[in-house]
Amino acid sequence: MADPTTTEDLGPVTTLATPIRLDFEFTPGVAQSRFLRGLEQGKFMGQRCPTCGKVYVPSRGSCPTDGVPTTEDVALANVGTVTTYCVVNVPFAGQSIEIPYICAQVLLDGANISFMGLIQEIPADQIRMGMRVEAVWVEPDQLTPSLESVRYFRPNGEPDADYETYKEYL
Amino acid sequence: MPDSEALHASHRLEYPYSRSVGPVIGAFLTGLRDGRLLGVKGSNGSVIVPPTEYDPTTGDDTGDMVDVGPGGVVESWAWVSHPLPKHPLTTPFAWALVRLDGADTALLHAVDSGGPDELATGDRVTVRFRPAAERIGAMADIEAFVPEGGAA
Repeated sequence: MADPTTTEDLGPVTTLATPIRLDFEFTPGVAQSRFLRGLEQGKFMGQRCPTCGKVYVPSRGSCPTDGVPTTEDVALANVGTVTTYCVVNVPFAGQSIEIPYICAQVLLDGANISFMGLIQEIPADQIRMGMRVEAVWVEPDQLTPSLESVRYFRPNGEPDADYETYKEYL
Repeated sequence: MPDSEALHASHRLEYPYSRSVGPVIGAFLTGLRDGRLLGVKGSNGSVIVPPTEYDPTTGDDTGDMVDVGPGGVVESWAWVSHPLPKHPLTTPFAWALVRLDGADTALLHAVDSGGPDELATGDRVTVRFRPAAERIGAMADIEAFVPEGGAA
């Protein structure tokens, strides 16, 4: 039966929320699980190809060049080199970081593929190719098997890397 | 590392769309929020529920909004033995076409009859709204229809 209480003071209904939603179970597979478990311990884990010797991070479990399983786990350094970057100046829905901010490709020492990371603790106009950076992690009790364990990268004060050392990775 | 050590996690991908409803469906939804059922007069005087902006038979603009229900007749139904998470009720129910008193068309909604043996085509049902504080101006403001006389 109709409730006599009215809600006229709310004004007429003009919109209807119609979310489209997909709930699913995601498994990253064995190789990426190792990478994610490494993050939970505050370190970057990669895997080396037994044929070409390249180290991938995160590893997909096989070498895309040689098509062979990557079976050797390699712990990578906490420091790396900015190969390329993008300064984000455009606000968008759901943005959680204050603009302008820097999104960079970081080549971790010991890796043969770069890795996307947020750069902080430096004005956006001072970022440059070759800059040496280090990962800043969440507090130890906050570490999870997720990239959210890495808060961002920041300059570590080392002299810039020589272009020759990262030109292959642009 | 054995395969069983692979991680897994629950993810939700969601696009939070909202759409504008227009003056006629907007009035219908406002009515639901106020605990009223509204239809609209078609060009030949028939009453369409839920209301449309245009008469589906002539294409003419529809006319005034009119109150219908709260009771009605079940025209057709299908029993849902295992409700899914997105369904309006957590217990088994019927999807039914209910022609509300004063209406010439039927509205699709849930009927909470208790069981399939407690429901037949031609049965009289009446609306059960959510409490006023929970109503937002959406079809789910109607919790379900129930057999008239409160059998469920």
